[in-house]
Amino acid sequence: MTELLQFVLSGVTVGAVYALVALGFTIIYNASNVVNFAQGEFVMLGGMVTFFAWQAGLPLPLAAALAILAAAAVGVALNKLAVERARGAPVVSLIIITIGASIFLRGGAQLVFDKQLHRFPAISGDEPINIGGATILPQGLWVIAGAALVFALLYVFFTRTLTGKAILATANNRVAARLVGINTDHMMTLSFALSAAIGALAGVLMTPITLTSYDLGVAYALKGFAAAMLGGMGVPAGALAGGLLLGLIEALTAGYISSVYKDAVAFIVILAVLFAMPQGLFGRKSTDRV
Amino acid sequence: MRLSSKHLTLLILAAIVLVAPLGFPSNFYYRIGSLIFVNGLAVTGLVILIGFAGQISLGHAGFAGIGAYACALAPQYLGLHPALAMLLGTALSAAIAWLIGRPILRLQGYYLAVATLGFGILVTMVLANEAPITGGPDGHDVPELGLRKLLETIGIDLSNAQFWYAFTGLFLLAGAWLALNLHDSPSGRALRALHDSEIAARTVGVDVARYKLSAFVLSAVYASLSGSLLALMNKFITPDAAGFLHSIELVTMTVLGGASSVPGAVAGAALLTLLPQVLTALQDYEHMILGLIMMLVMIFMPAGLVPSLSRLLRGRT
Repeated sequence: MTELLQFVLSGVTVGAVYALVALGFTIIYNASNVVNFAQGEFVMLGGMVTFFAWQAGLPLPLAAALAILAAAAVGVALNKLAVERARGAPVVSLIIITIGASIFLRGGAQLVFDKQLHRFPAISGDEPINIGGATILPQGLWVIAGAALVFALLYVFFTRTLTGKAILATANNRVAARLVGINTDHMMTLSFALSAAIGALAGVLMTPITLTSYDLGVAYALKGFAAAMLGGMGVPAGALAGGLLLGLIEALTAGYISSVYKDAVAFIVILAVLFAMPQGLFGRKSTDRV
Repeated sequence: MRLSSKHLTLLILAAIVLVAPLGFPSNFYYRIGSLIFVNGLAVTGLVILIGFAGQISLGHAGFAGIGAYACALAPQYLGLHPALAMLLGTALSAAIAWLIGRPILRLQGYYLAVATLGFGILVTMVLANEAPITGGPDGHDVPELGLRKLLETIGIDLSNAQFWYAFTGLFLLAGAWLALNLHDSPSGRALRALHDSEIAARTVGVDVARYKLSAFVLSAVYASLSGSLLALMNKFITPDAAGFLHSIELVTMTVLGGASSVPGAVAGAALLTLLPQVLTALQDYEHMILGLIMMLVMIFMPAGLVPSLSRLLRGRT
């Protein structure tokens, strides 16, 4: 029992990060129908910028805020300079563009920062907390709380504020949104900034546990993408469920079956889900216009 | 007789393969040429899948990995000649593509992308983790094909690099010929029809599922052969050949050159194979430049290099 609890705790911690990355995918997908494969680089920027700003003498909270802002700025630039210019391009072209952006950002980070692994101190120390015989790092609780807070805030944002509703309207029908006076280009930019900031926050929260380096973006992008597809692309609740499920599957596989095949089992589950439910767990049924 | 554009394309390709060595100062250039041909072969297969049929795959390096490891493992464990091992790998890739293609190809767009991505990752993981059989991440030796020795006995004396240049060049030309023929055949038209609209294609009687599956299996065969050739040429193979990054590289070559164009496939393969060689002087900037090229070509030439440039040229005359 203790063992199971331990696996569940670590699964939920990792899953919370996947859920945040998947949420980033979802927000951009909703606004622009683009799956942004550079999403993992925002996670990387969050960790790396925080570390280097902190090392340059900034207090940690300020460094983290700076990193989140920097990632948001990169997200806006990505939208303005690349995605917006390629609107209407086929899916394959958009995939190449965002993968190109991801390679570009990784190359840039390697140049501006370095190729080392980095870590900064956890928010409330590294003394593991005992829960029913299993342990969790305090930082793990911060990750879970951070993810919960982001999801709660976004729920309020999308259902209670005018701007949030305008983003949803843009996602729903761009032309109709424009007809009622919504500046859809602004909404797209805002979505990219929001999504990048969420990715960077995930990076900041996770770095004290997993460390950060210039090249960790690919792994997070893959996992976040898989989690978003598992839940159903474009549905925030699906991102949350997909992320947590993916984290749990990985942790349980690593614990009970084989740690080297944990990624394999995750992808097998995703394939199985997609075969049975081609739109993901929470996805909407899509209809094609002939 | 006027040459059709198909024959013209093939002639130009063959001419390039034949004439390019005249300017080669060393064996190293033959090797780069062979790498371009090997990549070009896999990319030609992706042209059929992505360009003709409009289906995406982010896992085709998985088939290249199967083809490569067939050449590494079948001679050791089954005692097969490497050439037969290559055929076995091709058959295995085709069978796997047929099996997984049926459920996977019901998915569309990004869902298809994540499913194929998952397949590629599974193959890489098996190759990397079953170390007692595959040699794991450190890779595995591949035996000599032996064809060069055979040619020597009948009086054709080629250096190793020259042999592989010629051999892979022949495979690429054969692959391009097949793909160009397919493009204009009834099957090719059916594929392009379902690319534009599956519903419209179905309405005029195209068996959409069957044609998608055929394109998937055929492109898997191309990728598998390309992997086998790479393994036999290098006499060594690592799981990276099946990796996610190699899959992405292949798709990027396909789309950069022009997803629906066979000469584009070769151009894309040449560009991305040459780029790292040219950029070695700028090593630190290599990734940034590569990323930048990917973004710029896709933004300003959405149809890809070859179709965009040829349109430009035709517009001038």
